[in-house]
Amino acid sequence: MDNQTDKKAFVFTKESLKKKFRWSEFLSEKIITGVAFLSIAIIVLIFFFVFKESLPIFQTRKKEAPKVEQVQKQEQYGEKAKGQTNTSGQEQYGVTTKDTMMIENQVQTADTVTHGSDEATFKSLAGKHWLPVSDNPRYGLIPLFVGTLKITLIAMLFAAPIAILAALFSAAFAPYWLRELIKPAIELLAGFPSVVIGFFALMVMATFFQNIFGYDGRLNAFVGGVAMALAAIPIIFTITEDALTAVPRTYTEASLALGASKWQTALFVILPAATPGIFAAILLGIGRVFGETMIALMATGNAAMTSVNPFESVRTLAATIGAEMAEVVFGDTHYNVLFLIGSLLFIFNFSLNALAEFYVKGKLVKRFQGKQS
Amino acid sequence: MSRRNSITGGFFIGLTAFSAFLIIAAIIILLTVIIIGGKGTFSWEFLTTFPYDGMMKGGIFPAIYGTALLVLIMSVAAVPFGTITAIYLTEYAHEKSKLAQTIRFAVRTLATVPSIIFGLFGLGFFIKFVGGGMDTVFFGGQLKWAQPNILWASLTMALLTLPVVIVSVEEAIRTVPRELREASLALGATKWETIRRIVIPGSRSGIMTGTILAVSRGAGEVAPILFTGAAYYLATLPTSLSDQFMNLGYHIYIMATQSSNVDQTLPIQFATTMVLLLLTFTLNLTAVIIRARLRRKVK
Repeated sequence: MDNQTDKKAFVFTKESLKKKFRWSEFLSEKIITGVAFLSIAIIVLIFFFVFKESLPIFQTRKKEAPKVEQVQKQEQYGEKAKGQTNTSGQEQYGVTTKDTMMIENQVQTADTVTHGSDEATFKSLAGKHWLPVSDNPRYGLIPLFVGTLKITLIAMLFAAPIAILAALFSAAFAPYWLRELIKPAIELLAGFPSVVIGFFALMVMATFFQNIFGYDGRLNAFVGGVAMALAAIPIIFTITEDALTAVPRTYTEASLALGASKWQTALFVILPAATPGIFAAILLGIGRVFGETMIALMATGNAAMTSVNPFESVRTLAATIGAEMAEVVFGDTHYNVLFLIGSLLFIFNFSLNALAEFYVKGKLVKRFQGKQS
Repeated sequence: MSRRNSITGGFFIGLTAFSAFLIIAAIIILLTVIIIGGKGTFSWEFLTTFPYDGMMKGGIFPAIYGTALLVLIMSVAAVPFGTITAIYLTEYAHEKSKLAQTIRFAVRTLATVPSIIFGLFGLGFFIKFVGGGMDTVFFGGQLKWAQPNILWASLTMALLTLPVVIVSVEEAIRTVPRELREASLALGATKWETIRRIVIPGSRSGIMTGTILAVSRGAGEVAPILFTGAAYYLATLPTSLSDQFMNLGYHIYIMATQSSNVDQTLPIQFATTMVLLLLTFTLNLTAVIIRARLRRKVK
């Protein structure tokens, strides 16, 4: 670009008003934009790499699709004894389906340890037994899902009402000075490391609850759930509080002017108006509990059981990864299954977040702008 | 207003107040129990000596050192990138542009990804992919980088804390008055010069808050480093980036769940937990105070 025009500063020609090209400007803008892309890149990379490591499970299945049915049958019959036998054994011996079931036990003892069949693995994912390190490894995800859901439910039963009511207190009733104390205090709770909460649950809460309820297992879903509620409360509180304070003042004023009392306004006007935000808060709270690892590892007992009793030990998806990843062989089926669990966790969390983001926030904005009832 | 109504109202307000009280009580109980349990063992020696006798006795110096090193490397990676992203979002991107909104969504998503997923990513990406690649290219297949170490753990942690930095810095940049920017531009400074001389110095406290919060988060998280570099026990301090390290949070986890003498080491566990809790608590408190001051200044 020619700089000559600049000297006649008082004459603004089209040429002089044009932005000068500067390398420093150009580079800084490009670099800053490039770095900003990093966040998007990380999300994509996380999904790609976590999912990539779980791929081998799917690949073998596709190749030997016709075989799958056979394995399923065995699983049903052999459940009592030892689950399914491995298919590579059958292939070598060349026996028919009927025979397989009869000699199953012999085959099992012979070579289950050495031949890990990916095909059988894939089928066993829907099973009820998580026994990844037994002689005949089974990777049934059902107990892990049940455990995770159970603990999420317990945690949310505690966290959601407490956090939402506390947020309502802070937003609608508390005097200014008290609000200025509650909010930072909860911010500080959000900063408590989950390993500290887990330790507290393991050493203090577990004994305390055992003395009250008198159950056998010291560590169980209930203890874990209550501890997780501590981790979820700050998230639910903060987002709910934001949603409540974002309700336009005109709503409150109109309600009060019509003769409603303060608590009626809070309960029947402010709270309903902020529902989408509260919904988002609960979703994010669920996401937090669902993926929480350290508290689950330390306070739930980690036995993979499928039961509805809240006082029994559970093993969550995240805790399974945390407990077993350090001990598996790289590239092993077990390793792949753990990454598969990771992918599922990631997808679940991503969906929750996307739902909270687009559906709920969109609705909230529309509502306050009066486009929707 | 009817009498029944006001009783219901009083009950309802009481219920909300009680909920708030419950949370505060939980915070106070947690802090008190941990401090009471830990203060007997806590001493200067505890902070500055190595564990011995199979970790049954001694202090936690290597765990403190490892944690400090971890958050240092992590900050070096996370703070510049987080700051630059925040600058892009506030100074360059249009608020409504698809790209800016996507980046914001990505940042928020990143903040909610479970920490264990970062651990898996660190293992799959940093250790196996990057580390494995470095070993093949530079070391002829010799195993050096394709294993857990402090560099990979720190970088994994940096990804986790990136959103913390971005959010804090962004908030601070928004408090830099428009007039300052406009004055700078009117005096003939370019956009980059304005950012470098006006915006960044003006949001220094925000960058500091972001760093503090990130450090606190990084010091407390254990899940991402479970299999990317933390070690149960090391006789020496890490001296190079390819060494493993001990970590406070991991130390607590291991001592409380995996060690053979959980009851005997209970005082040490409480003291370690106290150190970690007070460390993160102090950092967070500092950040809260700086932030409160910043907000007051804006008003």
